[in-house]
Amino acid sequence: MTRTAAPAVEASRVCKSFGEMVVLDGIDLTVAEGTIFALLGPNGAGKTTMVRILSTLIPADSGHLRVAGRDVISDPDGVRAAIGVTGQFSAVDELFTGEENLRLMADLNHLGRIAGRRRVAELLDRFDLVDAAGKPVSRYSGGMRRRLDLAMTLVGSPRVIFLDEPTTGLDPRSRRTVWQSIRDLVAGGITIFLTTQYLDEADQLSDRIAVLDHGRIVAEGTPGELKRRIPGGHIRLHFAAPGTLDAAASLLDVASRDEEGLVLQVPSDGSAASVRGLLNQLDNARLDVEHLSIHTPDLDDVFFAVTGHLSTEEVALT
Amino acid sequence: MSALAYTILDSTTMLRRNLRRLARYPSLTLIVIGMPLVFLLLFVYVFGGQLGHGLDGGLAGGHRGRAGYLNYVSPGILIMTVAATVQGTAIVVAMDMTGGIIDRFRTMAIARASVLTGHVLASLIQALASIAIVLGVAVALGFRPNPSPVEWLATLGVLALFTLALVWLSTALGLAAKSVETASNTPMFLTLLPFLGSGFVPTDTMPSGLREFAKYQPLTPVTETVRGLLTGTPIGNTNGTAAIAWSLGIAAASYLWARHLYNHHAPR
Repeated sequence: MTRTAAPAVEASRVCKSFGEMVVLDGIDLTVAEGTIFALLGPNGAGKTTMVRILSTLIPADSGHLRVAGRDVISDPDGVRAAIGVTGQFSAVDELFTGEENLRLMADLNHLGRIAGRRRVAELLDRFDLVDAAGKPVSRYSGGMRRRLDLAMTLVGSPRVIFLDEPTTGLDPRSRRTVWQSIRDLVAGGITIFLTTQYLDEADQLSDRIAVLDHGRIVAEGTPGELKRRIPGGHIRLHFAAPGTLDAAASLLDVASRDEEGLVLQVPSDGSAASVRGLLNQLDNARLDVEHLSIHTPDLDDVFFAVTGHLSTEEVALT
Repeated sequence: MSALAYTILDSTTMLRRNLRRLARYPSLTLIVIGMPLVFLLLFVYVFGGQLGHGLDGGLAGGHRGRAGYLNYVSPGILIMTVAATVQGTAIVVAMDMTGGIIDRFRTMAIARASVLTGHVLASLIQALASIAIVLGVAVALGFRPNPSPVEWLATLGVLALFTLALVWLSTALGLAAKSVETASNTPMFLTLLPFLGSGFVPTDTMPSGLREFAKYQPLTPVTETVRGLLTGTPIGNTNGTAAIAWSLGIAAASYLWARHLYNHHAPR
């Protein structure tokens, strides 16, 4: 990885409002060439707006933006020639077959007849769509559609790819297939800017993560750096009676306590040894646990750690 | 390659795409052609006997009764065919604009004009093919147009220019619509206009007020010009010029409106 090359994506002090609503409020970010960058945040944080601005779909109100070394405002066609975009809504022609969709992209990228055919055949093969190539897209499953969408983005050999929530709504198996495709792309030197609401997705794929909340970047770093800021997982213990809850609370190192629900939260890494240790401690004190659940860190924990509030308003109200 | 060459290349690609989409969605074409055909049959066979007797012999092409009315109404039905097919234009444009693929086109380095040009050319071809089919049905029913080769060419020219104007208007209406349902309704008024003009009966027979509207609305000079060229009725001094001026005016204004809407497409 050459750090001396110009960054693939540079944004500084980017602001965007829709009417009264401030969607982006001074975004600064830099993505090095050949890396995967994840913009992590809940629905409504401004992720899609950021992608739409970077991909020349809508203008920012203010700020500087460069993609693949080109200025987004003064040279949008230069940016468009270097990027590929796979949005949240599938950008395929429903009335066409998979192959016809790819051929359309080859024609629009001016690949020429022979090179176009070769590229289409190669992408059908790479995304495991050879058998479905002649079927209309309206008969494709969600996973196939997403793979075709990604393949269409790649026809023009883009240097920077924007993926807006690439796996939202996919089943776990399709999700892993898409993840593998994304990893393969970076191995080929492409830069990827993805948005996601799943911490595990950002963690699995990206070199750097920026956490977006209410239009501001509230944390940025490698997945390891971010996870160190999370208090870690915990075990939730449900008790049958207030007395047992009190006794257990005095015995254990408690993170939080819910009197009404009769629940204690105890910090834990979720390993078998720590669970066994905890249960032994309670057994020795003859305290009965009604129910126990292990909780591993997720987006809400990251959010709580970096913003002090939960990621969704509904949860915050309860 | 020059910018113009790329524009032509990309527009051709988009035209191929839209023609293929029309071929994959034949029910839309059937519905838009079906409407003028139903009106042709309804007016000729249900009302035509009576209406034909009220027609001036010159307007009926020398025929009497039903045959005379067929002669009078067929050019009007051709104009209605144009108004009906462009409803399909608004629908396919709105289908494209509300789907995900338009954002893909917008983030690609393709000639910006090509998306709309592709739609307009495909609709123009669809409308001219529809006109040919409807004209064929009218001839099968007994309509006997008698233009010279030059008049045939002039007819084609006037119809093509008028179609281009309504296709651009309908493209703009499709872009302005927030949903496909809205887009299928907004151009509906166009199919009413042949009734409020000289499409089905001469405007002189209408009451004052309506008569003035019918005489001066844009479809009337186009209808009168096409009728004159096909059946030899007098076109009049101003109808030919008015037909071309209206068509060019509507085409230019609608083109500018459509281009503005496309360039300032509201973000989803």
